[in-house]
Amino acid sequence: MIEITGLTKRYGDFYALNDLHLTLGDGVVFGFVGANGAGKSTTFSILATLLSPTSGDALINGKSVVREPAAVRKEIGYMPDFFGVYDQLKVDEYLDFYGASYNLKASERKKLIPELLALVNLTDKRYEYVDLLSRGMKQRLCLARALIHDPNVLILDEPASGLDPRARVEMRDIIHRLKDLGKTVLISSHILPELAEMCDEIGVIDNGTLIAHGNVAQIQAELQGDAHIFVELSYGLEEARAFFERNPLVSAMFVDHAAMQLQFSFSGTKVEQTELLREAMLADLAITSFTEQKKDLEDVFMAITKGADLA
Amino acid sequence: MMDKLYNPMLMKEMKLRFRSFKSFSGLLFYLAVLCIFITGFVLIATDFKGHGYIEPTMSYGLFVLLSIVQMALVMFITPGVTAGAISSEREKQTLNILLTTTQSSAQLIIGKLLSSIAFIVLMLVAGLPIYSLVFLFGGVSPSQMITTFAFYFVTLVAIGSIGIFFSTITKKTIVAMIATYGAMIFLGAITAFLFFVSMIMTQSGVAPIVGGYLAYLFAAINPGALIITLTTPELTQVFQEMTGVTLPVWITYLAFYSTITVCCLTGAIKKLRTNMKTQR
Ligand SMILES: Nc1ncnc2c1ncn2[C@@H]1O[C@H](COP(=O)(O)OP(=O)(O)OP(=O)(O)O)[C@@H](O)[C@H]1O
Ligand SMILES: [Mg+2]
Repeated sequence: MIEITGLTKRYGDFYALNDLHLTLGDGVVFGFVGANGAGKSTTFSILATLLSPTSGDALINGKSVVREPAAVRKEIGYMPDFFGVYDQLKVDEYLDFYGASYNLKASERKKLIPELLALVNLTDKRYEYVDLLSRGMKQRLCLARALIHDPNVLILDEPASGLDPRARVEMRDIIHRLKDLGKTVLISSHILPELAEMCDEIGVIDNGTLIAHGNVAQIQAELQGDAHIFVELSYGLEEARAFFERNPLVSAMFVDHAAMQLQFSFSGTKVEQTELLREAMLADLAITSFTEQKKDLEDVFMAITKGADLA
Repeated sequence: MMDKLYNPMLMKEMKLRFRSFKSFSGLLFYLAVLCIFITGFVLIATDFKGHGYIEPTMSYGLFVLLSIVQMALVMFITPGVTAGAISSEREKQTLNILLTTTQSSAQLIIGKLLSSIAFIVLMLVAGLPIYSLVFLFGGVSPSQMITTFAFYFVTLVAIGSIGIFFSTITKKTIVAMIATYGAMIFLGAITAFLFFVSMIMTQSGVAPIVGGYLAYLFAAINPGALIITLTTPELTQVFQEMTGVTLPVWITYLAFYSTITVCCLTGAIKKLRTNMKTQR
């Protein structure tokens, strides 16, 4: 259970994070998406007790990150966006060191290490030097490390960045497995479609402000904005144009003479769309097709973040 | 009980330290310097003939020389070993992860300090056979040797703490390194210079009393001066008459360096998770 209330981080006059409110239940996989500098890592650093907020607080399983950071550290496994490894340590020594850093007994560590390596598919790398692993392997190792004290909450800052498509799929499978184990997982990413595949809930952050939160369908509906409609005609293009432009919900008309096509934005609901089509038919327009172009998540993401750049 | 005393940071650091070539070359450098001084000394003492004898007073001179060289080496090597303690973790981007574990700041800092101390103690021990050559010629008592080593220990713990403190408050290892060597220059050279200045103040009669106290103070925090007062009691007598302070130098030295150790370690422990506390 994570309860974030009014979390704010200010650097001088600049709000890296502005009044964030968010509640996540147990066993939820939460995706945090936003452009560069939106405030994802800032949020995660505060949750990981690495950064103190300017104001506000976050409770992780009832423990406050501001007042009892030591207790919070037991509850969370944190994987930073950028991290390094020690160059003279082998994979099992690496895990053993962090296990010991969480005060696990030597016997427990011995038992855990092969299990964790199996979970992240690194069993055959157990006796290799950590710095010789590839980036994707290091990332998986870091995930295994974050799991070593069996935390309830995982905070993964861009766990899939720099991974090849296959490794991404594997990362997704690992996260599914973690979900099955009942863990709450927070993941950040720049790529909305990728998150949509593995998350139950998604939050979109922009310039330090949470602009949407919900499941994937809700987010899509919330961020979709105006529908983009394509109308094809067999004849009477100008007539049709005049008809559609009379409707106050229509804007941004574009006429494609060659393709005998009209394109416009429509800010009404689905029902209003149906109404518009019916009226068009009654007006004897020679319509051969009337389609709403579906925006995919990528477009949605582009639309919001572009808005942010202009602001 | 073993679990309570087990410090994962210490274990990891030992592993890393003894696996790196840097440690090996550091040790080699240290032993080489000691050998060079001894060989040079023996050659001079025997008039470069390759045979002859060394008088006990001569060998005592060798002991004093070696003790000072060794102190200088401790002051030279300890910053290099400790100034990267925290900042190198920061540069390698491993510090963040470390700070999210349940290790307390004190455990992390103490683990770092102990591993550095362990390495330098190993170095001192490795030099012991060379150092023990002086016993061959006589004139030095084992208790003097033990006292000297005890003060090496006090000094290296203090310097190590200074290094770790700077390493914690600076972002870059190189800056921490420069700051720590700066502190060494102050303790080793500037205090010696100020000692002479205050000495002249006393001698010339400008401020005989204050000058004496100042001279005492500067000598008491200078590791070189400490070794001299420890190894040559005759000089100590003269020194006491000149400064007018009868308190043995080593007591002041011990107090001063213990205070440095405590302050630096407390500071480092407080500052390690600084982002959590400041910037409110
Ligand atoms: N120490 C600091 N001083 C001033 N500004 C900072 C500091 N740390 C972060 N910021 C600013 O806070 C904002 C949020 O940064 P953050 O790292 O949270 O972004 P992010 O969403 O993780 O971006 P990315 O996708 O690039 O990782 C950025 O604009 C950044 O410049
Ligand atoms: Mg980031």
